[in-house]
Amino acid sequence: MDFILQPWPWYVGGPLIAISLLLYFYFGKNFGASTNFDTLCTMAGAGKVSDYFKKDWKERDFALLFVVGLIIGGFISAYYLIPNETIDLNPKTAQELLDLGFLNVGNQYFPDEIFGEEAYTSLKGFLVLLVSGVLIGFGTRYAGGCTSGHAITGLSSLQLPSLLAVIGFFIGGIIATWFLIPLLF
Amino acid sequence: MKNIRFLILGIFFAIVLSKTQAISWYRFYEMFTFQSFHMFGIIGGAVVISMVFMQLFKSGKIKDINGNKIVPKPKQKGFIRTILGGTFFGLGWGISGACAAPIFVILGFKLIPAIILLVGALLGAFIYGLLSKKLPN
Repeated sequence: MDFILQPWPWYVGGPLIAISLLLYFYFGKNFGASTNFDTLCTMAGAGKVSDYFKKDWKERDFALLFVVGLIIGGFISAYYLIPNETIDLNPKTAQELLDLGFLNVGNQYFPDEIFGEEAYTSLKGFLVLLVSGVLIGFGTRYAGGCTSGHAITGLSSLQLPSLLAVIGFFIGGIIATWFLIPLLF
Repeated sequence: MKNIRFLILGIFFAIVLSKTQAISWYRFYEMFTFQSFHMFGIIGGAVVISMVFMQLFKSGKIKDINGNKIVPKPKQKGFIRTILGGTFFGLGWGISGACAAPIFVILGFKLIPAIILLVGALLGAFIYGLLSKKLPN
């Protein structure tokens, strides 16, 4: 029980993610997460506006159930499996964030500066999340995948587009953390 | 109801991401500043082990539940779409610390912020859908 409640190290995470991929393929489907954004748009009626969304979402019922599982698993984890959200940060990282004005650095999974009340009480806080979301949705669909579909499935099956996409992920991620975060906070 | 297995797999995957802190904003900040091995270990480990699985799929040693050969879908080719699309995604990921699957997991942790992220992501996918024919490949 103690192991369940402790944070799991990277060498447990890597294999368990690979096993998730294995099971997804074993169940007969292609592992990935971001196609669900398209499917949810289709369910919301986006097909009336654009042919791109004219698909039969029922063909992706398995993926929608996977998403429901992700949500349930998130709640189970948040409420029962993580009594302590402390992150064992590199002291250098923690200091950098403190210098930027972040409080409670590493004491919880999600910093209040982005995931706190400001997200719905200030326009800036709201836009930071909304625009990030737009970039995630647009970018994953344009690139044809996310961390699951490109970085893990695509790289491990040695697909060149996935290597390019992952290079893009890092270009964007580095611009965001090195330049945009200090600019925004 | 045989798809219920995907629901259970989703729960499992969410717990793995949560317990390894692979949904934490701080972990991705550390990754993009190259100040910690943690996320590289997780993603790199997952990729290396998955490569072995991919070889076993290819050689037919592992077949799917119906006995069919497992062939991962080929990804759409195109230099601009992958680099530029990837960069857009990386920007959103770097700021919010969320990639696609974790957005759904974070609903359990930070409900309203995650809903804002999700609405944004759907809007982004919708914009892509509208422009998909006009964007360079």
